[in-house]
Amino acid sequence: MTDRTQTPLVQLKDISISFGGIKAVDHVSLDLYPGEVVGLLGHNGAGKSTLIKILSGAYQKDGGEIWIEGKKAEINSPRDARDYNIETIYQTLALADNLDAASNLFLGRELVTSVGFVDDAKMESETAKIMARLNPNFKKLKEPVSALSGGQRQSVAIARAVYFNAKILIMDEPTAALGVHETQMVAELIQELKKQGLGIFLISHDTREMLELCDRVSVMKNGQMIGTERVEDVTEDDILSMIIMGAKPEKAV
Amino acid sequence: MTDQTSSAKSKETAIARFFRETELDTRLLGMLAALAIIWVGFHVYGQINSGFGAFLTPRNLWNLSVQTASIGIMATGMVLVIITRHIDLSVGSVLGFCAIIMGVVQVNILPPVLGLGHPLIWIIAIAVGIICGGFIGAFHGALIAYGKIPAFIVTLGGLLVWRGAAFLVARGETISPVDPTFALLGGGPYGAIGATGSWIVGIVGCIAVLGLIVMGRRKRRIFHIAQRPVWAETFLGIVGCGAVLSAVLLVNAYPWPRGIVSRYAEAEGIAIPEGGLVISHGFAIPVLILVGVAIFMTILMSRTRFGRYVYAIGGNPEAAELAGINTRWMTVKIFGVMGALTGLSAVVASARLGSATNALGTLDELYVIAAAVIGGTSLGGGVGTIYGAILGALVMQSLQTGMVLIGFDAAIQQIVVGSVLVLAVYLDILYRRKAK
Repeated sequence: MTDRTQTPLVQLKDISISFGGIKAVDHVSLDLYPGEVVGLLGHNGAGKSTLIKILSGAYQKDGGEIWIEGKKAEINSPRDARDYNIETIYQTLALADNLDAASNLFLGRELVTSVGFVDDAKMESETAKIMARLNPNFKKLKEPVSALSGGQRQSVAIARAVYFNAKILIMDEPTAALGVHETQMVAELIQELKKQGLGIFLISHDTREMLELCDRVSVMKNGQMIGTERVEDVTEDDILSMIIMGAKPEKAV
Repeated sequence: MTDQTSSAKSKETAIARFFRETELDTRLLGMLAALAIIWVGFHVYGQINSGFGAFLTPRNLWNLSVQTASIGIMATGMVLVIITRHIDLSVGSVLGFCAIIMGVVQVNILPPVLGLGHPLIWIIAIAVGIICGGFIGAFHGALIAYGKIPAFIVTLGGLLVWRGAAFLVARGETISPVDPTFALLGGGPYGAIGATGSWIVGIVGCIAVLGLIVMGRRKRRIFHIAQRPVWAETFLGIVGCGAVLSAVLLVNAYPWPRGIVSRYAEAEGIAIPEGGLVISHGFAIPVLILVGVAIFMTILMSRTRFGRYVYAIGGNPEAAELAGINTRWMTVKIFGVMGALTGLSAVVASARLGSATNALGTLDELYVIAAAVIGGTSLGGGVGTIYGAILGALVMQSLQTGMVLIGFDAAIQQIVVGSVLVLAVYLDILYRRKAK
């Protein structure tokens, strides 16, 4: 069980952002502890992806504060987020299709030789090593990632997070494009990362999957936080009613 | 599983195996084949039609190499621009503008200050031209990246603006003659490095080819990546060195014209021996500049973070941004590089002409874009190589030269060049579809 007495890894305090007058995220607060998986649920457009994109530096918040490990953090770009060991696996996978797995894994953080040239051979061998751990079937190291299957592409995205020792991992619909077997692989990986003490934000539409994978689930609707519940306290129906009606279920005693 | 792979391997033809093990780019070979067809085609056509094939002669090929230099230099920059899903329509006009600026600097401004023929004049002139081009390019890039104006519009505007500016700077006059040392950069008998120099370049080239192969093997061994078979490496080494040495033999087989030799001999006080004095051209300086640019740009694109980011932005701009790449600043830098190369190209073009006119480089943008695209740069972004663009420039120039040699008139030349461009892109689309 997650220890929620220590300092939270992440505290999102009163976060707001609007796009052209529409409040995409409206005074939302949320926290995340080491070794914990927090799921974000809600309809399309509820503000889940927008909220985590603020944490990952893709969007800049209009109001509120982000605290990382008990200290106030300034995150204005994806690079800033990386400096706080926040790694994101995007719904759209965010891979450059024309580059190979190694180039994608190290994109923006290439290994260089002593004279400053990119060290392709080293990156390729590092990629081979981490892939052997994450997805032993992964063999297409040299090919552009456009030639890979959804699961293989997902492994590249996950490898990127794992290789750089993320402390906080954001996964936006990590299993949306995957088959049954590959989904299972991702689920096992989440459990393993959890054991290593990472904090994970997980976004998904699959309520049942969320109840299996997460420690807590938060439900958003129209940019507002409906509520955050421990999974052992709620049923699937409770969650669904929160998503659909925007109403908090009566607390089980 | 193992059965399947082994049967698949046995089905593989000898040719497929050859390509796999040498890791040769089939596209590259396709382009070389197209080039060979063009060259032989024009030569044979000349032989049949007029009894003399003028194309495959040292003289023509040497001239072809010089004529390719200007377009080729710019095409290497256009590759970056097109890879990142932009376009630059202004290069021809920027070339004209830079040429005029350099002309003014070396003819009107510097000689009164430094004295005519001062050795600093040509150096300052070149620096001014390259910097001027670089700033114009970076300015375009800033408008595109930070002003969010489409590159097509910014550079279409630039096409008109810089041509007009070139006219204004010199009030439409032609500026000549350029500094004598500067003129050497355009080629010509004096602007070539001679037989001995060419052999040195050739030997250095061969050492580089062999060095690359050996270093590649060492690196693969360190990181346990499968090696190419030895026969494949040997084959690549022989072909590479063979190509370099044949180029040397070719340029050395083109002697100076008799008139220039006698003038030279007179000036140097050399008695012309019986049977005439043979002085080889060797590699032309603009060609060496192109080779230098090609090597520099290839290293930039394949060995540096900058190059990696160019490809990443082209493949998926959003992913590049999310990976922490400053895509806007990259756009400024990419257009800056394009502009600086245009400035360098202006050096070669105006040096070759021996003067600077405001019409210099007119329509070059189309040839440069065509060269990059024929060379396999995809307008969809993310794909393109430097060597491809240079080969593309060579193809364009070969067509042009060939048609002049066999006496096609200008109208037909335009029709052929235009059709070839469309055909080349269509073939490229077919190739990619098949590759998928």
